Amino acid sequence: MSSLDVAVLKKEFPLLEQKIHGRDIVYLDSGASSLQPRRVIDAMSTYYETTHANVHRGVYSTAEHATRLYENARITVGKFLGAPDPKSEVVFTKNTTESINLLAQSWGGANLGSGDAIVLSIMEHHANIVPWQMLAARLGFEIRWIPVDASGFLILDDLDQLLEGAKLLSITGMSNVLGTINPIAELAAAAHTHGALIHVDGAQSVPHLPIDVTAADLDFLSFSGHKALGPTGIGVLWGRADLLGAMPPFLGGGGMILDVKTDGFLAAPAPQRFEAGTPPIAEAVGLAEALSFIDDIGIDAIRSHELELTTYALERLDEHFGSRLIVHGPGPGIHRGGAISMTLEGVHAHDVAQILDSYAVCVRPGHHCAKPLMRFLGVPATARASFGLYNEEHDIDVLIEGLDEAAKLFA
Amino acid sequence: MADLEELYREIILDHYRSPRNRGELPSPPAIKTEGFNPLCGDEIVVTIDVNGGVITDIKIGGQGCSISQSSASMMSAAVKGKTVAEARSTIDTFKTLMSVHEAQLEESEGATEPEPVDMAALGELAALQGVVKFPVRIKCATLSWNTLTQALDETSV
Repeated sequence: MSSLDVAVLKKEFPLLEQKIHGRDIVYLDSGASSLQPRRVIDAMSTYYETTHANVHRGVYSTAEHATRLYENARITVGKFLGAPDPKSEVVFTKNTTESINLLAQSWGGANLGSGDAIVLSIMEHHANIVPWQMLAARLGFEIRWIPVDASGFLILDDLDQLLEGAKLLSITGMSNVLGTINPIAELAAAAHTHGALIHVDGAQSVPHLPIDVTAADLDFLSFSGHKALGPTGIGVLWGRADLLGAMPPFLGGGGMILDVKTDGFLAAPAPQRFEAGTPPIAEAVGLAEALSFIDDIGIDAIRSHELELTTYALERLDEHFGSRLIVHGPGPGIHRGGAISMTLEGVHAHDVAQILDSYAVCVRPGHHCAKPLMRFLGVPATARASFGLYNEEHDIDVLIEGLDEAAKLFA
Repeated sequence: MADLEELYREIILDHYRSPRNRGELPSPPAIKTEGFNPLCGDEIVVTIDVNGGVITDIKIGGQGCSISQSSASMMSAAVKGKTVAEARSTIDTFKTLMSVHEAQLEESEGATEPEPVDMAALGELAALQGVVKFPVRIKCATLSWNTLTQALDETSV
């Protein structure tokens, strides 16, 4: 018995009404991007139809209303994350990738140099690797790596050594490939013991797991709107007020200044300091609506539903395919989320995904922007099914039907 | 499923399961080039020996999906023993096969009439024409060919 009434919930997502090759769509790619409920789409349409104006500029009432919506969205996001001071701690960006680039360029640029070190893990998405590598190439600091074991868990035995003298631990809340949920509160405590800050890449975890940045004692957290039932084009960097307040600007332009003269500029306080140019206003409205939607259902109920579904999928796949199908990552249980990366014996992930498409099953083949992890796993590509609150057991059954066809075709 | 069967023809699956000219020639003297499809992680390593304007040997390394691997395998069989000029002509014909269909997909937007492809000249390679119904996979099919082109370009330097 599921914790959610998925049959009813599904009706809220217009894209699920689409047919592919005459079949009902089976959307198993929420790890790449989630679907949007009608409420989110309507909120954005209504904004454009009734309220659109640039924010923080006009004095006419529509502009004031737009500004209020945008700033209210910031507060909604902050509250969703458990931020102590939502008004000044939430920076709107383009996506998680931009959030991490902001953090690297601004905080990293001001705090890291030759002789310094930061700690990442092998299971990071490229978005939490490349910005640091780009910066390290310029500033000459060291990047240390937390390894992963064969079951897909972080190996934390040498964590103290890795954190010794490090200034930052930047780590994913949940692996986009393995589904592994990392113990972020424990990692935060370890980082702080060594005087390091912690940034959590929440792109995969925020939409699916309860989060409280205060309880977990985090310093920074980033996530994307479009993986959390919201629109594309908006992401969030949450940071502790004192840290954001001390960071230099990222992009320069309008909106991020207090004053500009020919001989220089005075930056606005955070979070405006980090939001140069016209921000994604409609997207902020959409994201706030998406998080309200999640709140209305309850993140605990969503987590519980997705956990049941993931367990069902792992058990069914194992039962049906046995050793012919490898799932990379932890077995069923509370330490994993609904990202299931598969290798089907004798069939390349790209072919698996192609054949699944003919069953209207949407999965993602490839390296999932996590090449260091893929190298460690020794696989060039996997086919990943990833769940959202709108998925149900029937979706897994269709997935298995499609995988059967793939196995048959390549037998 | 008809499109799927057209994509995964038996000859393609055969080349995927038993790739021809698999391996890597010692380089030097062989010319070695690598191709990547960053989208899906496919990698192709082409090594060729060219003597007197003739591709005397070719080996294919790397890994990837059935389309990229079978295309590479068929390509190796098609150009081995051929002159560089003949190989270039085969490359052109194959790439036309792939792009002709791209043009046909855009036909509604008033694309010009594509040139006919000499299917007979393609031999086994014609089996790959099913790929063009799956635009995302065209890059898989052409990866090895682009990598071979690079290698041939290096021979003429």
